[in-house]
Amino acid sequence: MGYKAKFRIWRGEGGEGRLEDFTVEVNEGEVVLDVIHRLQATQAPDLAVRWNCKAGKCGSCSMEINGKPRLGCMTRMSTFEESETITVTPMRTFPVIKDLVCDVSFNYQKAREIPSFTPPADVKPGEYRMQQVDVERSQEFRKCIECFMCQNVCHVIRDHEENKANFAGPRYLMRIAELDMHPYDVADRKESAQDEHGLGYCNITKCCTEVCPEHIKITDNALIPMKERVVDRKYDPLVWLGSKIFKRQR
Amino acid sequence: MTQTTAESATRKQRAQIRVRTLRTDRWWLAPALTFAGLFLFLIYGFWAMFDLSVLAGPYIAPFSSPCLAAATCPEGARLFGFAPFGDWYTLPPGLLILAFPGGFRLTCYYYRKSYYRSWWLSPPACAVAEPHRKYTGETRLPLILQNSHRYFFYVAVVIGLILTYDAVLSFRDENGNWGHIGLGSIILVVNAILVLCYTFGCHSCRHITAGRLNHFSKHPLRYKMWTLISKLNARHQQFAWASMASIVIADLYVRLMAKGVINFPFA
Repeated sequence: MGYKAKFRIWRGEGGEGRLEDFTVEVNEGEVVLDVIHRLQATQAPDLAVRWNCKAGKCGSCSMEINGKPRLGCMTRMSTFEESETITVTPMRTFPVIKDLVCDVSFNYQKAREIPSFTPPADVKPGEYRMQQVDVERSQEFRKCIECFMCQNVCHVIRDHEENKANFAGPRYLMRIAELDMHPYDVADRKESAQDEHGLGYCNITKCCTEVCPEHIKITDNALIPMKERVVDRKYDPLVWLGSKIFKRQR
Repeated sequence: MTQTTAESATRKQRAQIRVRTLRTDRWWLAPALTFAGLFLFLIYGFWAMFDLSVLAGPYIAPFSSPCLAAATCPEGARLFGFAPFGDWYTLPPGLLILAFPGGFRLTCYYYRKSYYRSWWLSPPACAVAEPHRKYTGETRLPLILQNSHRYFFYVAVVIGLILTYDAVLSFRDENGNWGHIGLGSIILVVNAILVLCYTFGCHSCRHITAGRLNHFSKHPLRYKMWTLISKLNARHQQFAWASMASIVIADLYVRLMAKGVINFPFA
């Protein structure tokens, strides 16, 4: 059974804008993105929204629905009361291009700052031999669809724009962890994770994990293990002593 | 990358929404409950630290174990009869040891999340703006000391084993004969199990056993331990709260018994 839902949607360009009210038809089985498309078709043809797969796999339609970072295509209308006013805004950590579309180039910049996979010099492509147990831990991180909702919700940059220069954000700290755990990666990533990519800014409040649509345990399986690896390298005198006595490679 | 400040042009290009959050759910409930829970625990801990009723029959109050002071620990409460702090130490025995389990919980990754959210409001909940103008996280003193967690873990393992030993001793009667069982024995055993589950589910423990390795396949035993600890670690929050509650219940039970408030046949 269809009903008329009340929506408040952010309209504007470059930060300036306002929340506009709409009343729009909702049908059974629809998601928020469907309703936004209906608004475009019937009332607001210039409403800008980024989307692509409508299946929760491309990460394009990230937005904030009733203040929470969500994928528009994965948020069912049935989760709201029919009388509820649903507020939709763009992600609040990134500059707005228009309406619900953000400029997420901050993330591409951070991705470029991370040194790529670095295999040992004497191992050629095609010679990698890894057992499943050695790689499955980091395979979890490969599920990331780069919706950037973890980057958006992280208070380190959401509430403190000035930290953007020094903090890679959970998505890219997870990438560093993925590479550091790789059996064939030989790059030294522990010092740089702390000193260049801002791992120390993370105070593990787990919002990145809470909003991840792929349910990746970003904090428990990537950020905290990476913090512990940094402790090994920078803050634990026993590990340092052990590496000297037993000539272990750190 | 262009340097930005809180009032930079880049900041102003974000959607200029002036409200703290647009969340409509009861986001404040979890931090409020956490605040209350931790506050009550601290209040109890402060009282227990100075209370001298540490031994009731075969039961030793967990907040005062190991009991290391000759002047304030009764004979039966001392670990292996050993009291390294002689008669010169007349303060409550809890003062000697509580910094270690306290430090373990204070630097624990789960508790950090809980008090950063509920006490420091940094942030109070996801997508709710924090009130602080500046944020440097755990990059400098004093919060960089959180990196000492693994050292508190080492001590916490010893204390967890002592609590287990105390729980085993609770199956002796007042004369030292085995075979006694009471409600206190059951409470101490449950407490010891929960404390061990919390301690061994710690993220540092997970890292030390095998998390630091990149080749699990070369260390099958450590990998097996890591998988077991990972299962405990997935419930670290639940064990943190359960063990906190159990330690208060066990401690209060023993102290009330020692004061004669609890006094029934199966106690």
